[in-house]
Parts: sequence; C-alpha cells; structure tokens
Amino acid sequence: MSAIPLHPLTPNSNLARLPRRTGGVQSFPNAEPAWIRWSLIAVSLAFLASFLFVPLTAVFWEAFRKGAAVYWASFQDPDARSAIRLTLLTAMIAVPLNLVFGVAAAWAIAKFDFPGKSVLITLIDLPFAVSPVVSGLIYVLLFGAQGWWGPWLAAHNIRIIFATPGIVLATIFVTFPFVARELIPLMQSQGTEEEQAAIVLGANGWQTFFRVTLPNIRWGLLYGVILCNARAMGEFGAVSVVSGHVRGLTNTMPLHIEILYNEYQFAAAFAVASLLAMLALITLAAKTAVTWKSRGPLEDHANHNSTGDAHEH
Amino acid sequence: MSIEVRDVHKTFGTFAALKGVSLKIQSGELMALLGPSGSGKTTLLRIIAGLETPDDGSGDILFHGENVAALRAAARHVGFVFQHYALFRHMTVFENIAFGLRVRPRRNRPSNDAIRGKVASLLKLVQLENFAGRYPSQLSGGQRQRVALARALAVEPRVLLLDEPFGSLDAKVRKELRAWIRRLHDEIHITSVFVTHDQDEALEVADRVAVMNEGAIEQIGTPEEVYDQPASAFVYQFLGNVNIFEGRIRNGRLRIGCLELPVSSPESADNQPARAYVRPHDIELARIVAGEGVRRGTVQHIHTAGPIVRVGVRTFDGSQTIEVEIAREKHQELDLRVGNVVYYRMRHSQIFVEDYSI
Repeated sequence: MSAIPLHPLTPNSNLARLPRRTGGVQSFPNAEPAWIRWSLIAVSLAFLASFLFVPLTAVFWEAFRKGAAVYWASFQDPDARSAIRLTLLTAMIAVPLNLVFGVAAAWAIAKFDFPGKSVLITLIDLPFAVSPVVSGLIYVLLFGAQGWWGPWLAAHNIRIIFATPGIVLATIFVTFPFVARELIPLMQSQGTEEEQAAIVLGANGWQTFFRVTLPNIRWGLLYGVILCNARAMGEFGAVSVVSGHVRGLTNTMPLHIEILYNEYQFAAAFAVASLLAMLALITLAAKTAVTWKSRGPLEDHANHNSTGDAHEH
Repeated sequence: MSIEVRDVHKTFGTFAALKGVSLKIQSGELMALLGPSGSGKTTLLRIIAGLETPDDGSGDILFHGENVAALRAAARHVGFVFQHYALFRHMTVFENIAFGLRVRPRRNRPSNDAIRGKVASLLKLVQLENFAGRYPSQLSGGQRQRVALARALAVEPRVLLLDEPFGSLDAKVRKELRAWIRRLHDEIHITSVFVTHDQDEALEVADRVAVMNEGAIEQIGTPEEVYDQPASAFVYQFLGNVNIFEGRIRNGRLRIGCLELPVSSPESADNQPARAYVRPHDIELARIVAGEGVRRGTVQHIHTAGPIVRVGVRTFDGSQTIEVEIAREKHQELDLRVGNVVYYRMRHSQIFVEDYSI
C-alpha cells in the first residue's frame, strides 16, 4: 500500500528496524568475519568509555569525594544560589523566545518562497558557525562602554554588558539555531497540502496554524526546545565575554564553576558541575523519550495497516 | 450551482500554464478535465478553488453567476479533494471529517451532537462506519480517498473539486472507486469537477469531458462526442490508441500511397499534406481480397491476452506497422499466424490537414 510518507524524527529509525526483520546482523550474507566485528565494537566501546563515561563519572566522584555534607554545603553558598538562579532565569527568557523565533523562521522558510530565503537559511546557521567568544564580543562591540551604542546607553543609565540583559542576549544568539534547524527539514518534508486543505475547509490562519501546523511539528519542536534549553544553561564562551564575572550578580553556573575551580575549591566546583551534568543526563533522557514517543504511534499505525487493508471494500 | 470560468490566464515565471481558458459547467454536472501532465488542468482546478490566483486582471470565476474571483479559498465554500488526500495525520478519521465544522465561527458552528450526527452520516455515505477512531496512516489508499471525500462534503460545499482522485491508487481499487464516485454523484448531484490524465477514467465517469493541452481547452463534449468526433488531432490521439497514415490531398481525397480516402472537409486545398487517423478497432482484417480500399500486409506479431486480440500488421511497402484490434472469435476464424499475408481495410478514419507544425 502507498503510505503517506512518515517522518521519523531520527533518520535512522527505519534502519534500526531493519535487522530485526531480517533476523539479526548475522543473517547478512556479506557480513564481516566475527573477529573484525567484535574488535570494531570493542574499539568503539573503549572510546566511549574513556572519553564519555569516565569523565562523567569523575564529575560525580569528585563532587562527593568529601562527603554528602560538603556536597550539599556547596549549594548553601549565596553565590552558588545566585548563579543557579541566573542560569534558570536566562533559560526561562531565552528558550521561549527562541521557540517563537524558531517556529516563525522555520514556518517562513518551509512553507513560503520569498527572495533572500537562502540568505536567511545561512544566517540561521551563523551562531553555530561562529565561535561563542566572537558571539559575545559582537555584543560587547554593540553595547559595551566603548561600543557603538555604549555612550547612548550610558547616558540613559541602561546596563546591558556586564549585566543580566547582556547574558540573556548572548544566550539567545547562541541558542537560536536549535529550534529552527530541527523544524525546517520536518516542515519541508510535510509540505503545505494539509494547510491548504484546512484553508479550503474554511479555517483561518490562526486555526490552520494551531490545529494543523503546530500539532504536526510538536515532537520536533519539543526536541529542539530540549536541546536549546541544554545549551542555554550550559553556554560558557559567549556568556563569559559579556558577563564580567561579578559574583552573586552576573555569574551563571558554568562561570561559577570556573571561578571555584580556579580558586582550588574542587569539591564546590564539582558539586555545581554535577548539577550541569545531571541536566545533561535529564536532557538525554528527555530527548530519547521524545524520539521514542514520536515514533511510537507511527509504529503502532504501521501494525494496523495490514488490518486496514483487510477491511478494504 | 453552475461554474463558469472566463478567459483565465496563469503564468508561472516564464511558463504559461493557462492561456485564456473559458469553461462552463452546468449545475449538477460531473465534468472531467482531461489532459497530459503540464496541460494546465490542475492549475485550472486550483484556480476554481481559490488556491491559485489567475494572472493580474485576467479572468473571472463565476459560481451560479456570482463572481468569486476576489474571494479567498476559505470563503468560496468549495470541497477540494487533494491528489495525495492531505488528511490531517494527527487527527482521527472522525476529527478529519469534523474539521470543517469545528473551525466555523461560533455563531454558525453546529453543536457537538450535530457534528457527531453529520460525521456519522458521512461515514455511512463513504462506507467507513467502523473507522471513525482510526488515524489516516492506519487506512489503505482507497479508504483515505473516501475519508478525504467525506471531509470535503462535510462543509456542504457548493461545488466539489477533485485533483487526480484515483491517481495514487492501484488499478483494481481505482476501478471500484470510480464506479462508486459515479454512483455517489448520481445520489447527491453536486456540481463536480475532477482532473485526470487517464482517458478511460474521464470517459467512464464524467458527464462531459474537457480535453486540455498546453494550457488551452481543445474540446469540450460528452464522452461519446469527444471520442467519436474529436475536434483535433491531439484529442484523437489522446483519447485512445491510433494508427496514423501520412498522405497528400488530391482532388478532394487523401492519397496514401495507392490508397485513397474521402476527405470530410472539402475546403482543404489541393496537394496539402494530411494525416489519416484510424483507431485499431476500426480496421478490418481478411485472409482474401474482398471489396474496395483493401491493402495487403503481413502479420508481424499477435497478442492474444485479454478480451481482444491485438495484431500488428506490417504494411506492404514496409513503411510502418499498424495496430489492429479484433475480437477473439474473429481471430479464431481468421486463424492468423505471424508471417501470414492479411488484407486490411479501414472501416472509419478521420483526416486532419497539417495546418500546424508538429
């Protein structure tokens, strides 16, 4: 039967099912000898262990080395609390804004043709292409005391650089591509026919967006938001340039960790770092859950297809 | 509700998709827009629906005499069935069909009970009563097509427009569905236009057929009219298999080698090149010479599968192979073998003078 093209969020999800159908890797007649396969697997596992698992464990190991009491005490420090608060605040502003920007940009790019479209697509990738330090410097150049708008801002008593607005701006810039890049290919593959159908049925623009476009991209959107949030909380380079490292005021968690580390407060540094590591683990779990969830109903549907054909009149 | 299209032009970049198309569809009629791909038929359908706009300042679209050219698609109250159905993939069959009713402004939105009743009756109409809770991906192609139809009908459209409604179905489902659509139309009598590139489909289902080519309508007529009296060589060729004989006009008759055929249009000038178009089933075969206008050839191939037998006959001078279709009984009676000599005669032909360049 001709299936409406499904759009698994992970491109390899179809491949992932392939071995199961054919009864496992071994059944491929042109498979490599066992010792090659096993040594390749061993090399990959050794690499993963030494570069990913060991460092991650080390973070928690170091954090708890002096006991749970020291660990918890690290979070009693007002500067640490302020850093956590600022990080959460930054993410709370940057993520929703990038959600809106990202959906708007993806929608415009995927569903419409306009002059300058390819320029816009390239611009969306700019924050990924540019070093985060440069991203931070751009804002210093614009809003800093010696910057373009610095004197005007100083005259009106508005602080952007070395203050929360600068941190938020730099974070928004650095995390902008996540949502948009996740959505553009998804929306392009879905095309505009469903929207056209909605319009012919009498739906207005908002109804079409909220009832047709948005539900179709919800899993991709959630996926983008999770990644965007992880980066917003973990961003170091750009934020470091614009923050000024004022303790208790403009320090985010990554900056706070660096300061603690430089002051040889390893337990405290690793305690805060363990929070970011936890965030990473939660992000991965959420990401996997979203991928699984978005694929789940499709697999479910695929199972029903056979029964659907049986009922064909 | 009649539809009238007046002098519509549509250009995509430098490509003229429609070159001044005018068309009138009677109320309650089922009209087919038939043509090869790129002939502008889908563009015309989308312009009627309001999904495309005609070129600036060209053309009017009238529904029942009222000009709707300035109305948005949403305000035209048309039902549109997309080629790939465009069902809302995240909604159940029920919600798909109810969509057009749910998005109405509150003051003329039916109550939930009314919507449920309406959807139930539509599901019955398209014979999918037990599928209300399914998602589109759980349906077969034919079922999706019928859901798309029910969804389009739910808003009680003034006209129903279908873009290649059977295009992406397999041959068997396609046949069943087109007979079903014809019956459905006889039941609900909504003015309908459907686009197709399949001449059998158009001739079987439609009340009238508009044959389109290169952005213009070549002929409009009942299936019998367009098939039996094609207005142009294009229509003749497009509506079925055809043998073409090239010749010249001499003294009001078309001469093809030693054969002469009468020319119906006497105004055609002498010595003009012309072509005779003959359908494969309009050629008679015989083993012996009998009557006038008989020519000789040799059997080159015979395909006996199916209800009719197709025989390829090489002309005597070897210049071309003509396709002939004969009934199975006739084939048994003639007892043809490849290489046999046969005599063939055109029962019916149509001649088009080459006043255009091909």
